Amino acid sequence: MNKILIQGNRVIGEAAIRAGCRFYAGYPITPQNELTEYMADNLRKAGGTFIQGESEIASVNMILGASAAGARVMTSSSSPGISLKQEGISSMAADELPGVIVNMMRGGPGLGNISPSQGDYFQATKGGGHGDYRVIVLAPASVQELADLTMDAFDLADEYRNPVMILADGMIGQMMEPVLFKTPKPRSYSEKFHLRGCGEGKSKFIRGLILDPLHEEEHNWKLHRKYKTIIAREPRHETFRTEDADFLVIAYGTAARVAKGAIKRARESGIRVGLLRPITLWPFPSDAVRSFAGKASKFLVFEMSTGQMLEDVQLALGNSEKIHFYGRPGGVVPAPVEVAKIIAQHA
Amino acid sequence: MLIKSLFAGFGGQGVLMMGYSLAHAAMNEGYHTTYLPAYGAEVRGGTANCTVAISDEEIASPVASAPDYLVIMNTPSLYTFQNRAAQGGTIFLNSSIIDARPTRKEVGILEIPAGEIAEKMGDPRVANVVVLGAFIRKTGLISPGGYLKSLRKIMGERKKAIMEINRKAFAAGFDLFPEGS
Repeated sequence: MNKILIQGNRVIGEAAIRAGCRFYAGYPITPQNELTEYMADNLRKAGGTFIQGESEIASVNMILGASAAGARVMTSSSSPGISLKQEGISSMAADELPGVIVNMMRGGPGLGNISPSQGDYFQATKGGGHGDYRVIVLAPASVQELADLTMDAFDLADEYRNPVMILADGMIGQMMEPVLFKTPKPRSYSEKFHLRGCGEGKSKFIRGLILDPLHEEEHNWKLHRKYKTIIAREPRHETFRTEDADFLVIAYGTAARVAKGAIKRARESGIRVGLLRPITLWPFPSDAVRSFAGKASKFLVFEMSTGQMLEDVQLALGNSEKIHFYGRPGGVVPAPVEVAKIIAQHA
Repeated sequence: MLIKSLFAGFGGQGVLMMGYSLAHAAMNEGYHTTYLPAYGAEVRGGTANCTVAISDEEIASPVASAPDYLVIMNTPSLYTFQNRAAQGGTIFLNSSIIDARPTRKEVGILEIPAGEIAEKMGDPRVANVVVLGAFIRKTGLISPGGYLKSLRKIMGERKKAIMEINRKAFAAGFDLFPEGS
Protein backbone atom coordinates (compact mmCIF):
# COMPACT_ATOMS: atom_id res chain seq x y z
CA MET A 1 0.00 0.00 0.00
CA ASN A 2 1.21 3.45 -0.88
CA LYS A 3 0.97 6.60 1.14
CA ILE A 4 -1.41 9.22 -0.17
CA LEU A 5 -1.20 12.97 0.30
CA ILE A 6 -4.53 13.96 1.77
CA GLN A 7 -6.10 16.81 3.70
CA GLY A 8 -7.03 16.36 7.36
CA ASN A 9 -10.73 17.03 6.91
CA ARG A 10 -10.97 14.63 3.99
CA VAL A 11 -8.99 11.89 5.74
CA ILE A 12 -11.59 11.77 8.51
CA GLY A 13 -14.25 11.07 5.89
CA GLU A 14 -12.22 8.36 4.22
CA ALA A 15 -11.22 6.72 7.52
CA ALA A 16 -14.83 6.85 8.72
CA ILE A 17 -16.12 5.17 5.58
CA ARG A 18 -13.41 2.51 5.81
CA ALA A 19 -14.39 1.95 9.44
CA GLY A 20 -17.95 1.30 8.39
CA CYS A 21 -19.61 4.67 9.06
CA ARG A 22 -22.79 4.55 7.00
CA PHE A 23 -24.70 7.56 8.26
CA TYR A 24 -23.44 11.12 8.36
CA ALA A 25 -25.42 14.29 8.94
CA GLY A 26 -23.82 17.70 9.10
CA TYR A 27 -24.19 21.37 8.44
CA PRO A 28 -21.45 23.50 6.80
CA ILE A 29 -19.01 25.59 8.79
CA THR A 30 -15.39 26.60 8.20
CA PRO A 31 -12.80 25.14 8.78
CA GLN A 32 -14.30 21.64 8.45
CA ASN A 33 -16.35 21.94 5.25
CA GLU A 34 -14.19 19.54 3.26
CA LEU A 35 -15.30 16.73 5.57
CA THR A 36 -18.97 17.39 4.88
CA GLU A 37 -18.13 17.69 1.18
CA TYR A 38 -16.18 14.41 1.23
CA MET A 39 -19.09 12.58 2.84
CA ALA A 40 -21.52 14.11 0.33
CA ASP A 41 -19.33 12.78 -2.49
CA ASN A 42 -18.42 9.38 -1.14
CA LEU A 43 -20.76 8.06 1.52
CA ARG A 44 -23.55 7.17 -0.87
CA LYS A 45 -21.06 5.32 -3.12
CA ALA A 46 -20.25 3.18 -0.07
CA GLY A 47 -23.94 2.41 0.41
CA GLY A 48 -24.44 4.92 3.20
CA THR A 49 -26.64 7.93 3.78
CA PHE A 50 -25.46 11.53 3.71
CA ILE A 51 -27.73 14.28 4.89
CA GLN A 52 -27.00 17.97 4.96
CA GLY A 53 -29.29 18.87 7.81
CA GLU A 54 -31.15 22.14 8.08
CA SER A 55 -29.06 22.98 11.14
CA GLU A 56 -26.43 21.63 13.48
CA ILE A 57 -29.11 20.65 15.99
CA ALA A 58 -31.06 18.71 13.38
CA SER A 59 -27.87 16.94 12.25
CA VAL A 60 -26.87 15.73 15.70
CA ASN A 61 -30.41 14.50 16.35
CA MET A 62 -30.35 12.64 13.03
CA ILE A 63 -27.23 10.74 14.07
CA LEU A 64 -28.85 10.01 17.42
CA GLY A 65 -31.76 8.40 15.62
CA ALA A 66 -29.61 6.48 13.15
CA SER A 67 -27.39 5.24 15.98
CA ALA A 68 -30.44 3.99 17.85
CA ALA A 69 -31.34 2.04 14.71
CA GLY A 70 -27.87 0.46 14.74
CA ALA A 71 -25.88 2.45 12.16
CA ARG A 72 -22.28 3.62 12.61
CA VAL A 73 -22.78 7.38 12.70
CA MET A 74 -20.82 10.60 12.57
CA THR A 75 -21.44 14.33 12.58
CA SER A 76 -18.95 17.16 12.41
CA SER A 77 -18.71 20.88 12.93
CA SER A 78 -16.48 23.59 14.31
CA SER A 79 -16.67 25.38 17.65
CA PRO A 80 -19.89 27.46 17.38
CA GLY A 81 -21.65 24.57 15.65
CA ILE A 82 -20.48 22.14 18.32
CA SER A 83 -22.08 24.38 20.96
CA LEU A 84 -25.37 23.91 19.12
CA LYS A 85 -24.94 20.13 19.09
CA GLN A 86 -24.51 19.81 22.86
CA GLU A 87 -28.14 19.00 23.58
CA GLY A 88 -27.95 16.03 21.22
CA ILE A 89 -24.60 14.88 22.57
CA SER A 90 -25.98 14.95 26.12
CA SER A 91 -28.96 12.90 24.91
CA MET A 92 -26.68 10.37 23.19
CA ALA A 93 -24.70 10.02 26.42
CA ALA A 94 -27.92 9.59 28.40
CA ASP A 95 -29.26 7.04 25.91
CA GLU A 96 -25.87 5.27 25.72
CA LEU A 97 -25.73 5.59 21.97
CA PRO A 98 -22.42 5.28 20.13
CA GLY A 99 -21.47 8.01 17.67
CA VAL A 100 -18.51 10.09 16.55
CA ILE A 101 -18.53 13.87 16.74
CA VAL A 102 -15.75 15.85 15.08
CA ASN A 103 -14.84 19.33 16.30
CA MET A 104 -12.33 21.22 14.14
CA MET A 105 -11.85 24.02 16.63
CA ARG A 106 -11.66 27.66 15.59
CA GLY A 107 -11.07 30.88 17.47
CA GLY A 108 -13.81 31.85 19.94
CA PRO A 109 -15.76 32.61 22.05
CA GLY A 110 -18.88 33.46 20.10
CA LEU A 111 -18.47 33.34 16.36
CA GLY A 112 -14.81 34.26 16.86
CA ASN A 113 -12.89 33.55 13.68
CA ILE A 114 -11.91 30.61 11.49
CA SER A 115 -8.28 30.22 12.61
CA PRO A 116 -6.93 27.20 14.54
CA SER A 117 -7.58 27.31 18.28
CA GLN A 118 -7.85 25.07 21.34
CA GLY A 119 -10.47 27.01 23.25
CA ASP A 120 -13.02 24.16 23.44
CA TYR A 121 -11.07 21.91 25.82
CA PHE A 122 -13.38 22.52 28.77
CA GLN A 123 -16.48 22.03 26.65
CA ALA A 124 -15.17 18.77 25.20
CA THR A 125 -13.74 17.18 28.35
CA LYS A 126 -16.06 18.33 31.11
CA GLY A 127 -19.35 17.24 29.64
CA GLY A 128 -20.23 20.08 27.27
CA GLY A 129 -23.98 19.79 27.49
CA HIS A 130 -26.15 19.50 30.58
CA GLY A 131 -26.14 16.61 33.00
CA ASP A 132 -23.64 14.30 34.60
CA TYR A 133 -21.87 12.73 31.63
CA ARG A 134 -18.58 12.50 29.76
CA VAL A 135 -17.53 11.91 26.18
CA ILE A 136 -14.26 10.26 25.20
CA VAL A 137 -12.08 12.94 23.59
CA LEU A 138 -9.28 12.10 21.14
CA ALA A 139 -6.76 14.76 20.15
CA PRO A 140 -4.77 13.98 16.98
CA ALA A 141 -1.62 15.96 16.17
CA SER A 142 -1.15 14.92 12.54
CA VAL A 143 -3.16 13.91 9.52
CA GLN A 144 -1.93 10.31 9.92
CA GLU A 145 -3.11 10.25 13.51
CA LEU A 146 -6.43 11.76 12.44
CA ALA A 147 -6.89 8.74 10.16
CA ASP A 148 -5.96 6.26 12.90
CA LEU A 149 -7.97 7.89 15.68
CA THR A 150 -11.07 8.26 13.50
CA MET A 151 -11.13 4.46 13.14
CA ASP A 152 -10.45 4.01 16.87
CA ALA A 153 -13.22 6.50 17.71
CA PHE A 154 -15.88 4.26 16.17
CA ASP A 155 -14.60 1.21 18.06
CA LEU A 156 -14.47 3.07 21.38
CA ALA A 157 -17.96 4.47 20.81
CA ASP A 158 -19.33 0.96 20.28
CA GLU A 159 -17.37 -0.61 23.09
CA TYR A 160 -18.62 1.84 25.70
CA ARG A 161 -21.88 2.80 23.96
CA ASN A 162 -20.91 6.44 24.38
CA PRO A 163 -20.26 9.42 22.10
CA VAL A 164 -16.61 9.94 21.16
CA MET A 165 -15.30 13.32 20.10
CA ILE A 166 -12.36 13.98 17.81
CA LEU A 167 -10.97 17.32 18.92
CA ALA A 168 -8.61 18.93 16.43
CA ASP A 169 -8.34 22.38 14.93
CA GLY A 170 -8.44 24.27 11.67
CA MET A 171 -4.76 23.71 11.00
CA ILE A 172 -4.89 19.92 11.19
CA GLY A 173 -8.14 19.98 9.24
CA GLN A 174 -6.79 22.11 6.41
CA MET A 175 -3.29 20.65 6.19
CA MET A 176 -2.28 17.82 3.88
CA GLU A 177 0.22 15.16 4.98
CA PRO A 178 1.10 11.66 3.76
CA VAL A 179 -1.19 8.99 5.17
CA LEU A 180 -1.19 5.21 5.20
CA PHE A 181 -4.56 3.74 6.21
CA LYS A 182 -4.57 0.93 8.74
CA THR A 183 -6.98 -1.95 8.35
CA PRO A 184 -10.11 -1.23 10.39
CA LYS A 185 -11.29 -3.81 12.89
CA PRO A 186 -14.54 -5.56 12.04
CA ARG A 187 -17.44 -4.04 13.94
CA SER A 188 -18.60 -5.86 17.02
CA TYR A 189 -21.74 -4.17 18.25
CA SER A 190 -24.60 -6.28 19.41
CA GLU A 191 -27.79 -6.16 17.39
CA LYS A 192 -29.65 -6.44 20.67
CA PHE A 193 -29.14 -2.69 21.03
CA HIS A 194 -30.71 -1.87 17.65
CA LEU A 195 -34.17 -0.33 17.59
CA ARG A 196 -35.74 -1.59 14.40
CA GLY A 197 -39.28 -2.43 15.37
CA CYS A 198 -40.09 -5.38 17.61
CA GLY A 199 -41.81 -7.58 15.03
CA GLU A 200 -43.05 -10.61 16.91
CA GLY A 201 -40.66 -10.07 19.80
CA LYS A 202 -40.71 -7.92 22.92
CA SER A 203 -40.62 -4.15 22.45
CA LYS A 204 -37.38 -2.38 23.22
CA PHE A 205 -37.02 1.26 24.05
CA ILE A 206 -34.37 3.88 24.62
CA ARG A 207 -35.25 6.89 26.70
CA GLY A 208 -33.48 9.82 28.27
CA LEU A 209 -36.49 11.08 30.18
CA ILE A 210 -36.46 9.31 33.54
CA LEU A 211 -38.97 11.06 35.78
CA ASP A 212 -38.47 8.98 38.91
CA PRO A 213 -35.45 10.52 40.67
CA LEU A 214 -34.45 7.19 42.16
CA HIS A 215 -34.35 5.61 38.72
CA GLU A 216 -32.46 8.56 37.28
CA GLU A 217 -30.02 8.35 40.17
CA GLU A 218 -29.46 4.69 39.41
CA HIS A 219 -28.90 5.53 35.75
CA ASN A 220 -26.40 8.24 36.70
CA TRP A 221 -24.42 5.80 38.84
CA LYS A 222 -24.48 3.26 36.04
CA LEU A 223 -23.01 5.84 33.65
CA HIS A 224 -20.52 6.83 36.32
CA ARG A 225 -19.28 3.24 36.68
CA LYS A 226 -18.79 3.11 32.91
CA TYR A 227 -16.80 6.35 33.01
CA LYS A 228 -14.63 4.93 35.82
CA THR A 229 -13.85 1.94 33.63
CA ILE A 230 -12.92 4.25 30.75
CA ILE A 231 -10.69 6.30 33.06
CA ALA A 232 -8.94 3.11 34.19
CA ARG A 233 -8.50 1.61 30.73
CA GLU A 234 -8.31 4.22 28.02
CA PRO A 235 -5.90 7.08 28.77
CA ARG A 236 -3.35 7.44 25.98
CA HIS A 237 -0.33 9.65 25.65
CA GLU A 238 2.97 9.96 23.81
CA THR A 239 6.31 11.10 25.17
CA PHE A 240 9.13 12.73 23.24
CA ARG A 241 12.73 13.19 24.46
CA THR A 242 11.72 12.60 28.07
CA GLU A 243 14.41 10.00 28.86
CA ASP A 244 16.64 12.48 30.71
CA ALA A 245 14.22 15.41 30.90
CA ASP A 246 14.31 17.70 33.89
CA PHE A 247 11.79 20.00 32.21
CA LEU A 248 8.49 18.66 30.89
CA VAL A 249 6.30 20.43 28.34
CA ILE A 250 2.70 19.24 28.23
CA ALA A 251 0.74 20.06 25.07
CA TYR A 252 -1.77 18.36 22.77
CA GLY A 253 -2.74 18.51 19.11
CA THR A 254 -1.28 21.32 17.03
CA ALA A 255 0.36 22.87 20.10
CA ALA A 256 2.19 19.58 20.73
CA ARG A 257 3.75 19.46 17.28
CA VAL A 258 4.86 23.08 17.62
CA ALA A 259 6.26 22.14 21.03
CA LYS A 260 8.28 19.28 19.49
CA GLY A 261 9.99 21.75 17.18
CA ALA A 262 10.65 24.04 20.14
CA ILE A 263 12.09 21.18 22.19
CA LYS A 264 14.54 20.27 19.42
CA ARG A 265 15.81 23.86 19.45
CA ALA A 266 15.96 24.04 23.24
CA ARG A 267 17.88 20.75 23.34
CA GLU A 268 20.47 22.27 21.01
CA SER A 269 21.16 24.89 23.66
CA GLY A 270 21.55 22.19 26.30
CA ILE A 271 18.17 22.31 28.04
CA ARG A 272 17.06 18.82 29.07
CA VAL A 273 13.46 19.22 27.99
CA GLY A 274 10.89 16.69 26.80
CA LEU A 275 7.23 16.53 25.85
CA LEU A 276 4.23 14.68 27.17
CA ARG A 277 1.41 14.78 24.65
CA PRO A 278 -2.01 13.63 25.86
CA ILE A 279 -3.75 11.76 23.02
CA THR A 280 -6.92 11.23 25.04
CA LEU A 281 -8.01 14.49 26.69
CA TRP A 282 -10.79 12.65 28.47
CA PRO A 283 -9.81 10.38 30.06
CA PHE A 284 -6.83 12.63 30.81
CA PRO A 285 -3.54 10.70 31.21
CA SER A 286 -3.15 11.90 34.80
CA ASP A 287 -1.02 8.93 35.89
CA ALA A 288 1.44 9.54 33.07
CA VAL A 289 1.72 13.22 34.03
CA ARG A 290 2.09 12.30 37.70
CA SER A 291 4.88 9.86 36.89
CA PHE A 292 7.05 12.89 36.08
CA ALA A 293 6.42 14.53 39.47
CA GLY A 294 9.67 13.18 40.90
CA LYS A 295 11.71 13.33 37.69
CA ALA A 296 11.13 16.82 36.33
CA SER A 297 11.63 19.98 38.34
CA LYS A 298 9.81 22.27 35.91
CA PHE A 299 6.64 21.93 33.89
CA LEU A 300 5.29 24.08 31.07
CA VAL A 301 1.73 23.67 29.85
CA PHE A 302 1.35 25.13 26.37
CA GLU A 303 -2.10 25.56 24.83
CA MET A 304 -3.70 27.64 22.11
CA SER A 305 -6.06 28.98 24.79
CA THR A 306 -5.75 30.97 28.01
CA GLY A 307 -5.26 27.77 30.02
CA GLN A 308 -7.77 24.93 30.19
CA MET A 309 -5.84 21.64 30.11
CA LEU A 310 -3.64 23.48 32.62
CA GLU A 311 -6.26 22.68 35.28
CA ASP A 312 -6.05 18.94 34.60
CA VAL A 313 -2.26 19.12 34.87
CA GLN A 314 -2.63 20.98 38.17
CA LEU A 315 -5.05 18.31 39.37
CA ALA A 316 -2.56 15.59 38.44
CA LEU A 317 0.51 17.26 39.93
CA GLY A 318 -1.01 19.42 42.62
CA ASN A 319 -0.94 23.15 42.05
CA SER A 320 2.63 24.26 42.38
CA GLU A 321 4.99 27.04 41.42
CA LYS A 322 6.82 24.55 39.25
CA ILE A 323 3.98 24.60 36.72
CA HIS A 324 4.26 27.39 34.16
CA PHE A 325 1.84 28.23 31.41
CA TYR A 326 2.16 29.62 27.89
CA GLY A 327 -1.07 30.34 26.02
CA ARG A 328 -1.90 31.76 22.60
CA PRO A 329 -5.68 32.01 22.29
CA GLY A 330 -7.86 33.51 19.59
CA GLY A 331 -6.60 31.63 16.55
CA VAL A 332 -2.84 32.20 16.84
CA VAL A 333 -0.42 29.35 16.08
CA PRO A 334 2.97 30.40 17.46
CA ALA A 335 6.17 29.33 15.71
CA PRO A 336 8.43 26.74 17.38
CA VAL A 337 11.04 29.48 17.91
CA GLU A 338 8.58 31.46 20.05
CA VAL A 339 7.84 28.45 22.25
CA ALA A 340 11.58 27.72 22.46
CA LYS A 341 12.08 31.21 23.92
CA ILE A 342 9.48 30.51 26.62
CA ILE A 343 11.20 27.21 27.44
CA ALA A 344 14.54 29.03 27.73
CA GLN A 345 12.98 31.64 30.03
CA HIS A 346 11.82 29.00 32.49
CA ALA A 347 14.78 26.63 32.19
CA MET B 1 17.08 19.46 6.90
CA LEU B 2 13.85 21.48 6.95
CA ILE B 3 12.92 23.62 3.96
CA LYS B 4 9.79 25.73 3.82
CA SER B 5 8.46 27.24 0.60
CA LEU B 6 5.59 29.65 0.20
CA PHE B 7 3.70 30.00 -3.09
CA ALA B 8 1.51 33.05 -3.64
CA GLY B 9 -0.49 34.62 -6.45
CA PHE B 10 -4.09 35.19 -7.46
CA GLY B 11 -6.80 32.56 -7.69
CA GLY B 12 -6.59 30.82 -11.06
CA GLN B 13 -2.81 30.89 -11.46
CA GLY B 14 -2.47 27.38 -10.13
CA VAL B 15 -0.73 28.50 -6.95
CA LEU B 16 -2.23 25.75 -4.79
CA MET B 17 -1.45 23.21 -7.51
CA MET B 18 2.22 24.24 -7.37
CA GLY B 19 2.42 23.53 -3.66
CA TYR B 20 0.35 20.38 -3.82
CA SER B 21 2.40 18.84 -6.63
CA LEU B 22 5.67 19.70 -4.86
CA ALA B 23 4.46 18.11 -1.61
CA HIS B 24 3.25 15.07 -3.53
CA ALA B 25 6.66 14.63 -5.15
CA ALA B 26 8.43 15.12 -1.82
CA MET B 27 6.25 12.41 -0.27
CA ASN B 28 7.13 10.03 -3.10
CA GLU B 29 10.82 10.70 -2.59
CA GLY B 30 10.43 9.59 1.02
CA TYR B 31 10.47 12.95 2.78
CA HIS B 32 8.21 14.15 5.54
CA THR B 33 6.06 16.88 4.09
CA THR B 34 3.16 19.15 4.94
CA TYR B 35 1.02 21.24 2.61
CA LEU B 36 -1.00 24.04 4.16
CA PRO B 37 -3.24 26.18 1.96
CA ALA B 38 -4.18 29.59 3.31
CA TYR B 39 -7.84 29.40 4.08
CA GLY B 40 -9.95 32.30 5.07
CA ALA B 41 -12.82 34.41 3.90
CA GLU B 42 -11.41 34.37 0.37
CA VAL B 43 -13.13 35.61 -2.79
CA ARG B 44 -13.05 34.34 -6.35
CA GLY B 45 -10.17 36.05 -8.15
CA GLY B 46 -8.65 37.02 -4.82
CA THR B 47 -5.32 36.03 -3.39
CA ALA B 48 -4.18 32.45 -2.93
CA ASN B 49 -1.18 31.07 -1.11
CA CYS B 50 0.09 27.86 0.35
CA THR B 51 3.07 26.64 2.32
CA VAL B 52 4.99 23.41 1.76
CA ALA B 53 7.43 22.06 4.34
CA ILE B 54 9.87 19.32 3.36
CA SER B 55 12.10 17.59 5.88
CA ASP B 56 13.94 14.38 6.60
CA GLU B 57 12.36 14.33 10.05
CA GLU B 58 8.96 14.99 11.60
CA ILE B 59 7.72 18.52 10.84
CA ALA B 60 6.73 20.57 13.86
CA SER B 61 4.79 23.36 12.22
CA PRO B 62 3.38 23.52 8.69
CA VAL B 63 3.36 27.31 9.00
CA ALA B 64 6.35 29.25 7.67
CA SER B 65 7.08 32.46 9.52
CA ALA B 66 10.30 32.81 7.49
CA PRO B 67 10.14 30.66 4.33
CA ASP B 68 13.42 29.66 2.68
CA TYR B 69 11.85 30.04 -0.73
CA LEU B 70 9.14 32.43 -1.87
CA VAL B 71 7.44 31.84 -5.19
CA ILE B 72 5.63 35.01 -6.15
CA MET B 73 3.22 34.93 -9.05
CA ASN B 74 1.73 38.46 -8.93
CA THR B 75 2.57 41.96 -7.68
CA PRO B 76 0.31 42.17 -4.60
CA SER B 77 1.83 38.91 -3.32
CA LEU B 78 5.30 40.41 -3.63
CA TYR B 79 4.32 43.29 -1.36
CA THR B 80 2.53 40.98 1.07
CA PHE B 81 5.23 38.36 1.45
CA GLN B 82 8.67 39.73 0.59
CA ASN B 83 9.43 40.68 4.19
CA ARG B 84 8.70 37.12 5.31
CA ALA B 85 11.52 35.54 3.26
CA ALA B 86 14.29 34.07 5.39
CA GLN B 87 17.68 35.82 5.45
CA GLY B 88 19.68 34.29 2.63
CA GLY B 89 16.52 32.83 1.09
CA THR B 90 15.43 33.09 -2.52
CA ILE B 91 12.48 34.80 -4.15
CA PHE B 92 11.26 33.36 -7.45
CA LEU B 93 9.38 36.01 -9.43
CA ASN B 94 6.92 35.58 -12.27
CA SER B 95 8.57 38.53 -14.02
CA SER B 96 6.11 38.53 -16.93
CA ILE B 97 3.49 40.30 -14.89
CA ILE B 98 5.46 41.67 -11.94
CA ASP B 99 7.10 45.01 -12.75
CA ALA B 100 8.20 45.78 -9.22
CA ARG B 101 11.29 44.16 -7.69
CA PRO B 102 11.82 43.08 -4.10
CA THR B 103 13.29 45.71 -1.82
CA ARG B 104 14.96 43.00 0.26
CA LYS B 105 18.74 43.03 -0.23
CA GLU B 106 19.93 39.91 1.53
CA VAL B 107 17.84 37.45 -0.47
CA GLY B 108 18.45 35.96 -3.91
CA ILE B 109 16.07 36.99 -6.66
CA LEU B 110 15.33 34.87 -9.72
CA GLU B 111 13.25 36.36 -12.49
CA ILE B 112 11.26 33.88 -14.53
CA PRO B 113 9.31 35.20 -17.54
CA ALA B 114 6.84 32.37 -16.99
CA GLY B 115 3.84 34.11 -18.53
CA GLU B 116 5.67 34.77 -21.80
CA ILE B 117 7.12 31.27 -22.01
CA ALA B 118 3.71 29.74 -21.42
CA GLU B 119 2.07 32.06 -23.99
CA LYS B 120 4.64 30.99 -26.57
CA MET B 121 3.76 27.39 -25.87
CA GLY B 122 0.18 28.23 -26.59
CA ASP B 123 -1.27 27.80 -23.12
CA PRO B 124 -0.90 30.57 -20.51
CA ARG B 125 -2.20 28.16 -17.87
CA VAL B 126 1.13 26.31 -17.66
CA ALA B 127 3.02 29.36 -16.34
CA ASN B 128 2.94 27.78 -12.89
CA VAL B 129 4.70 24.64 -14.12
CA VAL B 130 7.34 26.76 -15.90
CA VAL B 131 8.10 28.38 -12.55
CA LEU B 132 8.22 25.00 -10.85
CA GLY B 133 10.77 23.80 -13.42
CA ALA B 134 13.03 26.70 -12.48
CA PHE B 135 12.26 26.19 -8.78
CA ILE B 136 13.25 22.54 -8.80
CA ARG B 137 16.43 23.23 -10.80
CA LYS B 138 17.59 25.95 -8.42
CA THR B 139 16.53 24.37 -5.13
CA GLY B 140 17.42 20.75 -5.91
CA LEU B 141 14.75 19.79 -3.36
CA ILE B 142 13.57 16.85 -5.44
CA SER B 143 14.56 15.24 -8.72
CA PRO B 144 12.98 16.55 -11.96
CA GLY B 145 11.97 12.98 -12.87
CA GLY B 146 10.31 12.55 -9.50
CA TYR B 147 8.37 15.76 -9.93
CA LEU B 148 7.10 14.82 -13.40
CA LYS B 149 6.08 11.39 -12.14
CA SER B 150 4.01 13.03 -9.43
CA LEU B 151 2.48 15.50 -11.84
CA ARG B 152 1.43 12.64 -14.13
CA LYS B 153 -0.12 10.85 -11.18
CA ILE B 154 -2.00 13.95 -10.00
CA MET B 155 -3.36 14.69 -13.47
CA GLY B 156 -4.45 11.10 -13.89
CA GLU B 157 -6.30 9.76 -16.90
CA ARG B 158 -8.69 12.68 -17.07
CA LYS B 159 -6.00 15.23 -17.85
CA LYS B 160 -3.60 12.93 -19.67
CA ALA B 161 -3.93 15.00 -22.86
CA ILE B 162 -2.40 18.08 -21.24
CA MET B 163 0.52 16.24 -19.62
CA GLU B 164 2.72 16.78 -22.67
CA ILE B 165 2.47 20.58 -22.62
CA ASN B 166 3.05 20.53 -18.86
CA ARG B 167 6.16 18.42 -19.38
CA LYS B 168 7.43 20.94 -21.95
CA ALA B 169 6.62 23.84 -19.64
CA PHE B 170 8.54 22.16 -16.84
CA ALA B 171 11.55 21.59 -19.13
CA ALA B 172 11.49 25.21 -20.31
CA GLY B 173 11.60 26.44 -16.72
CA PHE B 174 14.22 23.87 -15.75
CA ASP B 175 16.50 24.94 -18.65
CA LEU B 176 16.30 28.64 -17.77
CA PHE B 177 19.02 28.26 -15.17
CA PRO B 178 21.68 25.85 -16.40
CA GLU B 179 24.04 24.27 -13.89
CA GLY B 180 26.23 26.85 -12.17
CA SER B 181 24.25 29.90 -13.30
